[in-house]
Amino acid sequence: MSPCVFSVNFNTGGTLILNALELKNVTKRFGDVVANNNINLTVKSGEILAILGENGSGKTTLMNMIAGIYFPDEGSIYVNGKPVTISSPKDAFNLKIGMIHQHFKLVDLFTATENIVLGINDKHKFNIKDAEKRVAEISAKYGFDIDPKKKIYDMSVSEKQTVEIVKVLYRGADILILDEPTAVLTPQETEKLFTVIKKMKEDGKSIIIITHKMHEVLSVSDRVAILRRGEYIDTVVTAETNEAQLTEMMVGKKISLNISRSEPKNSVDRLIVKNLNLTNADGVKVLDNISFTAKSGEILGVAGIAGSGQKELLESIAGLINSSKGEVTYIDPSNNSKIDLRKKTPMQIRELGVRLSFVPEDRLGMGLVGNMDIIDNMMLRSYKNGHSLFLDKKPPKKLADKIIKELEVVTPSATTPVRRLSGGNVQKVLVGREISSAPTVLMAAYPVRGLDINSSYTIYNLLNKQKENGVAIIFVGEDLDVLLELCDRILVISSGAVSGIVDGRTAKKEEIGLLMTKAKGAKENEE
Amino acid sequence: MDALAQFISRAILQGTPLLYGATGEIITEKSGNLNLGIPGIMYIGAISGVIGGFFYQNESQSVSPLLAVIIPLLCCLFGSLLTSLLYCFLTVTLKANQNVTGLAITTFGVGFGNFFGGSLIKILKSDVPYLSLVKIAKAYKTTVFPFSDDMGSFGKMIFSHGFMVYLAIIIAVVAGIFLKRTRPGLHLRSVGENPATADAAGINVTLYKYLATSIGGMIAGLGGLFYIMDYSNGIWSNNGFGDRGWLAIAIVIFSIWKPSMSILSSYLFGALYILFNYINVPMTYIPLIQMLPYAVTIIVLIATSVRKKRENQPPHALGVTYFREER
Repeated sequence: MSPCVFSVNFNTGGTLILNALELKNVTKRFGDVVANNNINLTVKSGEILAILGENGSGKTTLMNMIAGIYFPDEGSIYVNGKPVTISSPKDAFNLKIGMIHQHFKLVDLFTATENIVLGINDKHKFNIKDAEKRVAEISAKYGFDIDPKKKIYDMSVSEKQTVEIVKVLYRGADILILDEPTAVLTPQETEKLFTVIKKMKEDGKSIIIITHKMHEVLSVSDRVAILRRGEYIDTVVTAETNEAQLTEMMVGKKISLNISRSEPKNSVDRLIVKNLNLTNADGVKVLDNISFTAKSGEILGVAGIAGSGQKELLESIAGLINSSKGEVTYIDPSNNSKIDLRKKTPMQIRELGVRLSFVPEDRLGMGLVGNMDIIDNMMLRSYKNGHSLFLDKKPPKKLADKIIKELEVVTPSATTPVRRLSGGNVQKVLVGREISSAPTVLMAAYPVRGLDINSSYTIYNLLNKQKENGVAIIFVGEDLDVLLELCDRILVISSGAVSGIVDGRTAKKEEIGLLMTKAKGAKENEE
Repeated sequence: MDALAQFISRAILQGTPLLYGATGEIITEKSGNLNLGIPGIMYIGAISGVIGGFFYQNESQSVSPLLAVIIPLLCCLFGSLLTSLLYCFLTVTLKANQNVTGLAITTFGVGFGNFFGGSLIKILKSDVPYLSLVKIAKAYKTTVFPFSDDMGSFGKMIFSHGFMVYLAIIIAVVAGIFLKRTRPGLHLRSVGENPATADAAGINVTLYKYLATSIGGMIAGLGGLFYIMDYSNGIWSNNGFGDRGWLAIAIVIFSIWKPSMSILSSYLFGALYILFNYINVPMTYIPLIQMLPYAVTIIVLIATSVRKKRENQPPHALGVTYFREER
């Protein structure tokens, strides 16, 4: 590879414009998983480039490579036409690249200014008063609303984000990367942010914004780059495209997976959720008037961008969050009586047969203790059954052996600590245990995340078997192809609100994609 | 009046080892390392100084005051540095549990001190279970302010001590300014508050943790040295240092992690520690009075927890091993 490749564009006037940033054939792998495959991306000076893609399409990984958090396995990065090596966040600062992460990196106890100057080692004398003045100057220039002396723990989410942006500008960044900046903002705050972004653009800065909200892409960006499953699809000029085209590029053509799906039999209402609302500690509405019905013998899929309220929804039903408002009614199959789950403790809800098999990002999740073996983990659900002082390990041992055999869990023995098992086997143990208790409602969140194909099919079959047994299954998934082949109905949520419920047999992938990216408030005029 | 002046003077002497220990521990804890090995490090600092002083006093014909101060001082710093580095290596590099490591180092340090203390006593073939470094101690106890003799009992109470009493105050004040007003101080605090943020801001978290823990450990070690060379007049006896290391850790909590606060709280604790000698109480009640420093620490802990003022809380990442986020 020649080190002095200069990449230049000529605009119509014939003047030379250097690309602010250019990625060529960048590849990044995590173990066997290819997070980014051969990505080419160009950011022009003074433009706003939106990066669009589903969950797991590799957007954040790609941006982390530009910001120096990850190092690419292959490929090269050019800044202002020059090849560069970015191996740490410091290198990125020096190249005037700044990233505003989705999860803010701020010290709560420090003031805005202290956070902003953190890590800067210049020759100037350290003087917090001067720094405060500069922060105020930058804020005035771009129209930020920020008090340099305010402590972070006193700030709203939007203020914290402002601190992050000013932090990057203070270091003189010319290329700003914003990772889903609007995910935590109210519509008014989003509006404000976009005004600021446009001002920064006028000032000659290049801005990369990651988002999956279609209307934001269309309203703020100059061009859109689309990623799908770690592959670069295309970059299009925003003015020349539309929502439908973008959605299609984002979700891609439907892929057939051949997951078996039986017709629901004797379906009756099992769980009725009505007007569920929840506001989190930051004052953001995470659940917005959610209503749906889960039926026995049916798999109800839940589709949505990650963090749209899936976790909170399941936890509200399971009784783990009780600050939510609304109704959750369970219909007891034995006598058809209606039971208000909101008045029950998590333990009582479990005893009714409502099971939550929650598999969050950290794999071991909420259900298993990593340092305990499979047998002991089985006992986490049955420990209340015994009355003697000593443990009776026989039934859990039997159950553990049964799960290992039936679900083909690869483990040296039932006494192996679960943290030593691979991700797929951990999931099998968790799902297996929840199913073993003969639930009437089974909620599974991302049960196939990180699993290989075979293990995934084992889980699908398990769920299908439960469905045939008349269990009402709520399946939160991220892969639309799986949702479309496995689920009977699919509930689509966007920003904590139901944006649609579609039939799993007839719905189109693009249709769900559109519903997922639909903004709050936009739904009324589209339906 | 003279009794009061003498009491305060003793309280200052009693509080000084605590002040060294507390300042050292505050600097360490600001990096997020909860070093419970501080009592052990103070022991090791003391015995290292004693070993250096012992050989200097025994091997040389005439004892020069300057060398009598410097040799034990350097030995003390070296011993506490090595122990602190061991703690860092285990907790920062190998990511071992901080509490377990710290307690192990304290146990080790006390044993190390008693072992070598015992060995030195054996070398002397002494009949008494202690060894005495009078010549060295004399150099340490030399008054730095010659005018203190003319100042009456209250002047003496404050100005008649050896240099290490004032060094402890200077170190505490400098530590306070360092943490509050300097750039490295800000960076250090950020490491203890939120190492992931510090890391993302380009601060070398590992380096800061090593430096803060090592420097903090060396400062604490000086407390042990002071106790032997000044407070005990150069006399080492096994287990003589007692539980002062734990008292130093209690002072860290009592001073809500502020070195400036630790100066007065150390003297207060020192005063409470010896109070029973100066008031008339029956023997049976003495342990109750000795308990006072710990009781007030618990009260402070309760008060700060109830008030929930963010500035008065321990560093947010205290005791937490930092792993860089990996996928």
